[in-house]
Order: sequence, then C-alpha cells, then structure tokens
Amino acid sequence: MGEEKRLIYLDNAATTKTAPEVVEAMLPYFTELYGNPSSVYNFSQKSKEAITKSREQITATLGAQPEEIYFTGSGTEADNWALKATAEAYRSKGNHIITTKIEHHAILHTGQWLEKHGFEVTWLDVDESGVVKLDELKKAIRPTTILISVMFANNEIGTVQPIKEIGEIAKEHGILFHTDAVQAFGQLPINVDELHIDMLSSSAHKLNGPKGVGFLYIRKGVKIRNFVHGGAQERKRRAGTENVPGIVGYGAAAERAARTMKDRTDKERELRDYLIDRVLKEVPYTRLNGHRTSRLPNNANFSFQFIEGESLLIMLDMDGICGSSGSACTSGSLDPSHVLLAIGLPHEIAHGSLRLTLSEEITKEDIDYVVESIKKIVERLRSMSPLYEDFMKKH
Amino acid sequence: MYSDKVMDHFQNPRNVGEIENASGIGTVGNAKCGDIMRIYFDIDENQVIRDVKFKTFGCGAAVATSSMATELVKGKTIYEALEVTNKAVMEALDGLPPVKVHCSLLAEEAIHAALWDYAEKNDIKIDGLQKPKSDIHEGEEEEEY
Repeated sequence: MGEEKRLIYLDNAATTKTAPEVVEAMLPYFTELYGNPSSVYNFSQKSKEAITKSREQITATLGAQPEEIYFTGSGTEADNWALKATAEAYRSKGNHIITTKIEHHAILHTGQWLEKHGFEVTWLDVDESGVVKLDELKKAIRPTTILISVMFANNEIGTVQPIKEIGEIAKEHGILFHTDAVQAFGQLPINVDELHIDMLSSSAHKLNGPKGVGFLYIRKGVKIRNFVHGGAQERKRRAGTENVPGIVGYGAAAERAARTMKDRTDKERELRDYLIDRVLKEVPYTRLNGHRTSRLPNNANFSFQFIEGESLLIMLDMDGICGSSGSACTSGSLDPSHVLLAIGLPHEIAHGSLRLTLSEEITKEDIDYVVESIKKIVERLRSMSPLYEDFMKKH
Repeated sequence: MYSDKVMDHFQNPRNVGEIENASGIGTVGNAKCGDIMRIYFDIDENQVIRDVKFKTFGCGAAVATSSMATELVKGKTIYEALEVTNKAVMEALDGLPPVKVHCSLLAEEAIHAALWDYAEKNDIKIDGLQKPKSDIHEGEEEEEY
C-alpha cells in the first residue's frame, strides 16, 4: 500500500483540470491585454471584446442570446442571485418558491435564508433514484408560486432530472424556472428554449475552465434585481471589474466542452458503466446510488455497507486515488449527506458512500486498478467493523 | 489533517479483532452518527488486562483512537485502565483535529463500557466507574440490512 506513485483523479465533480488550451487562451489577458474593459481608450477595447467573444461562445452552446449571460464569481453566487433577486423582484406577485431536497447547499441554504425572510419554500421529495416526482411538483404549485428551482443533475449521485417536463409545467403555470446546471453544463446538451429554462447557473471549473468564474443565464424579459451594486458592469446587474482572464477562460472552456462533448462523454459513459458493473458484481453488500441510466456520464456513487466513508477515502488516497464521500466525517457535521438521506438511505449506509467522477483522461486500466483497490480496502475495513461482525454472526 | 501518529495507527491499527469468551465487552457509539467502537478485554484473576482487541466502524480518527486506547490499557490493571482518559489518548496520538475530539471521548467510553461489562459479569463494583452513557447493549441497536 502507498508504494504506487500514480495519481488517479476521480473527483471531477469537485473540480476539473484546467485544459491547456483554456490556459493558453487566458494568458494574454494577464500580462499583455490587462486593460479595464470599462475604460475608453483603444487598449481596453481588447478586453471588452474578449468578454463579448466569451459571451458568444457560451450562448452558442445554450441557444441563448449574449446579453442574457451575466458573469459571476461562482456557481454558488449565480444560485444565490437567482433565488434572492427573483424573490425580491416578484414579491408583489407571491412569496412561494418550489425546489427540492437534493439541491446543492447554494440553493438549500439560500432557500432556508428566504424562509427566514417571509418566503415559503416547498422542498420536493425525490424517488429512490433521486428523480423529482412531477405529480408532487404540480400539486405544490400555488397562485403565489413565483419560482421553481430544480437542479439539472445532482452533484452527488449524478441523477439527471426531467428538466424539459419541469420547464413545461412551469411555463404552463406562468412560473419562472431556474436550474442549477453546475454539474450538467458541458456534460449534457442544453438548449434553454427547448427546455423552457428561464435562469441557469453554471461554473467554469467544472468543465475544464478556471476557478472563480461562473454565470447566470437570465432570459430576456425576466425581471430580476441588480445583485451587486456599483459600476455598470454586466448591465449594472452585477457590478465590479470583470475577471477578464477568467471570463475568457470560461468562453474557451464552454466552446471546448461543446466541441468534445460527444466523444468525451461516450468514453466516460462506457468506463463509468464498466466501473459500476465491476464494483456491484465484485464487492458484496454494495449498492449504486442514483439512477442507473439517467445519470451524469462521469458519475458513479456507491454505498458499501458496514464501513465508513472517510476511512475509505484515506485508504484510497494511500493508493493514489482521489474520490469523495457523503459521510458525516467528511462534512464536519454528524449527519451524512442530505441527498443520500433524501433517496431513503439509512444513516449508517449513507455514511459508507463513495463518489467517483471520471474525466476523459481516465483509462480502463485505471478503472481496473481502482476496482482492485476498492475490493482490498472494503474487505479490510469490514474486517475491522463491529457492524460487519454482527451481520455475519446473524447470517 | 491528521498527525503522523494518527495515520500510523489508522494504517497499522494495533489489536484489531475479537476475543472469544471475553471477560468484558464494551460497544459505544451510534451507527447514525457514523462511529461505533467495540472493545474486548481478557482480564486475569489479578484484574490485569491480559489481552485487548477492538473493532471500529468509523473515520480515520475513530480507528486510530481505538487502536491507541487498546495500547494504553494492555497489561494494566482495571484501575489503571480506568485512569486512561480521552486526553491521554489524544496526547499519545500527537493531537486530533478539533472536529475529531469526540472520537477520543468514544475511546474512553469504550474502555469504561468494557470494564462495566466485566464488573457486571463478575458481580463486582469498580470504584470510580460510572455506567457509560453511550453503551450499546446487545440487541438494542438492531439494524435491518
């Protein structure tokens, strides 16, 4: 153990490697074309044009208009903005928001904050695969509902939601529809018109772009308040000097993700299924979390009974494998992941979860190595587990 | 995140296993919170802990504190074992991250629970030993799989 020097990075839902072509596109905007896009002289126009180009690169992949993209500092910021500013702008119409129990904390905690400020939030349940129940969504709609926010794909278990159906329901009822697409953008084809999306959050570093830049797509005509006050940047809605290199990087990453999507995700899907099949077949008392097919191309999430996730992560790390877990010990709280609890897992099984998220650089050989490592570690941890001891004595 | 000592005891835990017909068994913790420790004592007629084994379901710190706790009580009398505090376990491990301090408390409780079980089985009273709070009695925490 620990002698191998290899690094197998399987935490691409946490962040991805910035693609070399993205870095190359960004570099001139640090040391050469560093002008402030708001300045009037010709030198700064290059920076302004770079932002325009990035907006166009992004909207080309979404079927949106460039003036509908508002750059932010992160996906979390975009989520905060979408909820808080919509709530404020549409307060005269109503105070009810519908979202789900499996959202990212950026939506979860913002929704809880809104509840403390006079808004009512319906937290929809999901089924055992993590899919939102459409009939419950319909039932939750009230005359005062101003916003439906459902994530495109879940960051932990990878389940992809029926976004088009949700968008149609929202449209029929004249309710705004926001989706947190941080995990989906660049991984799945998205057309905001076809899916009836009014707002969409995204983050560059999940698709081989740089950290520190995200965007909120806001459909033209949607009333939404300014989020950061100051200068005239982002049509005054999100003031502050633009992160020009980051924005350039985002444009390059979005363009690259769209160009490589088919080949990249085909390859990831094939290896993901190979990983899932081998683990389920070769490690007893294991389950797959999330939907078997309607899931992100690169996501696998397992629960290994009788063991705890943090121990598993540390041991995988010793073998050079980077993964993540929904166990309490990795979150700093006593409760395991809210997503795993929402799909109905008992606490002790939720504690033993492992998320592995692939990239295009992962090979079949890597997966074989990972599976062997998992088998060895799970067996070792079970041999130390009082839960396993009790289980084996009973069966 | 963890000291070298913690990592060592996690990677190479001492005294993992079970003792058949143990003189005392203590199980503490809660699967819901993600930590369960079970300690087995083999205690001789002079009340010396001749052998000790453990099994733990939990994070790296939980495994390391169990391992260190067993090291600290092995060969000691039951009264010496009673003196092994969570602080002693933590110090022996060169410290724990603040969020993991509760693991060391669990280790102390596991020792106490095993001693309590020993005292009950032998119908004796160990001065200074209180019934551990998070002791899990056989059958109480039945989980369906």
